[in-house]
Amino acid sequence: MQYERPQSTAEAARLLHGATGPARILAGGTDLIVQMNAGVAEPALVVDIKRIAGLRDIVAEDGGFRIGAAVSCAEMGEHAALAAAWPGIVEGANLIGSTQVQGRATMAGNLCNGSPAADSVPGLVAAGATARIVGPEGERDCPVAEIPAGPGKTTLKPGEFVASFFLPGRPARASDAYLRFIPRTEMDIAVASAAVNLVLAEDGSVAEARVALGAVAPTVRLVDAAGAALVGTRLEEDALEALAKACRDACAPIDDKRGTIEFRTKVAGVLARRAALIAYTRAGGRT
Amino acid sequence: MTRQDKITRAFKQVGTRPPRPDGIDKVTGRAMYGADMTAPGMLWGKVLRSPHAHARIRSIDTSAAEALEGVKAVVTGADFTLPEDDFYRDVAVNCMAQDAALYDGHAVAAVAAVSEAVAKAALKLIKVEYEVLPHVIDVDAAMTTGAPVVQPGRAYENVPEGMSENVTSHCEFGHGDLAAGFAKADVIVERSFRTAATHQGYIEPHACLASMGGDGRADLWCCTQGQFHVREVCAEILGMESSQLRVTASEIGGGFGGKTTVFIEPVALALSRKAGRPVKIVMKRDEVFRATGPTVHSSIDVKIGMTRDGRITAGEAHLRYSGGAFPCGTVDMGAQSAFAAYDLDAVRTFGWNAMTNRPKEAAYRAPGAPQAIYAVESVVDELCQKLGLDPLDVRILNAARKGTKSAYGPTFDEIGLLATLEAAKAHPHYTAPLGPNQGRGLSCGFWFNFGGNTCVTMNLAFDGTVTITEGNPDIGGSRASISLMAAEELGIPYDKVRTIVADTASIGHNDITDGSRVTFSVGLAAIEAARDAIAKMCARVAKIWGIDPDAVEWKDGAVHPSGPNAGKFPPMTLAEIAATSPNTGGPIAGHYEVNADGAGVSFGVHLVDVEVDPETGATKVLRYTVFQDAGKAVHPDYVEGQMQGGAVQGIGWALNEEYIYGEDGRLQNPGFLDYRVPVASDLPEIETVILEIPNPGHPYGVRGVGETPIVPPLAAISNAVSRAAGVRLTELPMSPPRILKALSAQG
Repeated sequence: MQYERPQSTAEAARLLHGATGPARILAGGTDLIVQMNAGVAEPALVVDIKRIAGLRDIVAEDGGFRIGAAVSCAEMGEHAALAAAWPGIVEGANLIGSTQVQGRATMAGNLCNGSPAADSVPGLVAAGATARIVGPEGERDCPVAEIPAGPGKTTLKPGEFVASFFLPGRPARASDAYLRFIPRTEMDIAVASAAVNLVLAEDGSVAEARVALGAVAPTVRLVDAAGAALVGTRLEEDALEALAKACRDACAPIDDKRGTIEFRTKVAGVLARRAALIAYTRAGGRT
Repeated sequence: MTRQDKITRAFKQVGTRPPRPDGIDKVTGRAMYGADMTAPGMLWGKVLRSPHAHARIRSIDTSAAEALEGVKAVVTGADFTLPEDDFYRDVAVNCMAQDAALYDGHAVAAVAAVSEAVAKAALKLIKVEYEVLPHVIDVDAAMTTGAPVVQPGRAYENVPEGMSENVTSHCEFGHGDLAAGFAKADVIVERSFRTAATHQGYIEPHACLASMGGDGRADLWCCTQGQFHVREVCAEILGMESSQLRVTASEIGGGFGGKTTVFIEPVALALSRKAGRPVKIVMKRDEVFRATGPTVHSSIDVKIGMTRDGRITAGEAHLRYSGGAFPCGTVDMGAQSAFAAYDLDAVRTFGWNAMTNRPKEAAYRAPGAPQAIYAVESVVDELCQKLGLDPLDVRILNAARKGTKSAYGPTFDEIGLLATLEAAKAHPHYTAPLGPNQGRGLSCGFWFNFGGNTCVTMNLAFDGTVTITEGNPDIGGSRASISLMAAEELGIPYDKVRTIVADTASIGHNDITDGSRVTFSVGLAAIEAARDAIAKMCARVAKIWGIDPDAVEWKDGAVHPSGPNAGKFPPMTLAEIAATSPNTGGPIAGHYEVNADGAGVSFGVHLVDVEVDPETGATKVLRYTVFQDAGKAVHPDYVEGQMQGGAVQGIGWALNEEYIYGEDGRLQNPGFLDYRVPVASDLPEIETVILEIPNPGHPYGVRGVGETPIVPPLAAISNAVSRAAGVRLTELPMSPPRILKALSAQG
């Protein structure tokens, strides 16, 4: 196995492009190292991106934030401005694994691992975040929602990797929230999850709403009908029920060791309701 | 051991809480666990495991693996001579498959190589030709005629003809006239229950280092609850004499019963014999889950009748357990303990064991009792609900007490059940208010406890300090407790006593650390060894003083002249006697060897409050209190630790832990991510209340405390959840999908 620690994204792209066998990016390693230990991943090339300039930084950009691909979830939690603007994304990132894992784990790794249950992904999708992708043909920006392609799969082309995320600027009276269901209180994988991103009008009604669900389909689901159910409302009971129904209707989960179809579908609606109320309160709304 | 009619001794050290002698080593990393041992020229062993739940092994071709550079030995089932005795043969076949793989993860071959990487690569070069056979995973399915047969011809004589060949044994316990008992009942409840197999979940995976010389003598270092048992089983499997194999137990990172047998030890010895070099094997976590012993899974029917005022008129239980791919006697203990907490005129339990294509069961704290008592205590709770009776009052009314003929036969001596029930009733927890979606549950628990073969040596150093040599791995603070009892008896400070766990060549046979036996029987033997040393010290001093040995007495750590000689000589302390011992006859040691009886049964009561989220089925444990009779709590910290640990393992068992198999018969959750033991944030503080009803079978009144605490949580939590959710739950674990489904079904 070849281990490389490039200094630039271009060099990393060259290495990946030139790989003769399976190649993997190493950031926190909280998935990769575990998979290698288990014999599930046996890469011929490992490209460590932590030494690339800027990839461990969170910087202000166009009124929003650019988050490097090697920024750990714990570092996001310590960034006061980011946590104030996007509390849902930050709380999703800080539900991954344990405290120790959060010190290493990154959102980019969480996304590219391709798990439908990834905790940081629904928040990014609800936020309308974009990923900057570097590859043999240079850079491109892509909505996060378009990257997952199914369990363990992404739409990234060979030689491409995620270098950073961009979270857009926030108007006043906007916030988000993320909730997941796990049978324990921590150190677990989402059985179902929901992220809700709201912008309120001056009168306190919902002006914009985006709702994304995790672990209820092969990929994260952005549920347009769920967002639409909230627009123009103050999260009255019928709006919340319409939201929950839209979420349930959007679910296409599987029965597996972590949960049943019936359970995931019901709970996705419950989580969306609860997350919507949290986001609404955070945005300054009063029910 | 003579019966202690009344223990009125005022203890000076027993009952205090000094730091455990192994504590600093464990928190600083100095302690040597199973995987910490290395030897010059050591090889790494790795085990190839069956990917099939059930398959005939047609052939194994190891030639490519043997040809790989760095590989020093390969073994398969052909390298083991099977013992004739069924017990030993089953252990051997479980360690290395013979003609069939009986479960997913069953060992089929092993290699020893110069590095882990080479060993891993060699495993991939072993070609096993399997003929996949139909498998059976569920105990009820395994008992139906026509089910795939796991092993033919294993049924004991007491199994009636015509049953599935998977049924290996049958047992029956009880007394009285059931029909007459049920006829007296005002209400009868009959329910069926299921419990999943759960793993002991110890943090430390199995690990060992084996070194066999060309002369056939061998040393084995391993993580175990019983080095003497390891010696005997390995000697049997490898055709050695016991004395030629010395086994040293490492510090242990949790056992809970799961380390009372062998898995990799005979394999490492066989590899070392073949390679002529030391071989180390360390299991990975997935191997621990797939191939070491979980507990049984069960299917149980219970029928209980009760009068309107809460008297139980009859109880009946049918228990079907599966201990995996081999015969297993655990159901006998379930059938004996099911109704142990009750004083009944009519009671009968029937037990069956059936083989399934799962790993061989290993003991797990009070093996067999939690499942049976869960089912019985659930039905008792439902009867209380139906009749509008207080569940503690009903248990007090029906409680077994001194003189009760137990449901499994013997008549109880001094027992602490009533005292624990009354303590629970008086505790503020029992009457604390509950909020919406909250429920309170309780359950009694019981375990037999055990004594067994025990051997202790106590040596006095010339400086007056004392070493106790014993043979039971310390899994719960036993070195501290044994030192405390010895210090108490000798009348010297605790820190002048060091207790060590010796290897099999350094002391006589000691039974496994199991049955909650160590503080009871090793403690008893340490006290008696101290008395033996005291008698010798008295004789030495009498000789020095030139008076009769009967004319001296031992008091407060010194020999005093007594009777007519009182005051004639200044007392000689233990340190003074030890210092002069070279001149009075040589070193002084005390010994005691016993097959200890009189362990004294143990009862406990658990009280728990939970809240159930009606929208998700999630259960939160809000408050938990354990009441248990310890006889005498020698070191209360470690008694409380046992009570808390058992409660926590029971909480995991009740709510989330389970072996999950796919249609293909393979284990789907061989890791701590999806085998969900509780994490710290899942748990409230576990409050403990220690009762001390002295055990007449022990000089200080001690009873074992390690196993009873895992018995009540299953029913206590199920009763609390059922009351909170308004629907009776009858299957464990009560995972959120299962609870939500029950809530939905109820509408």
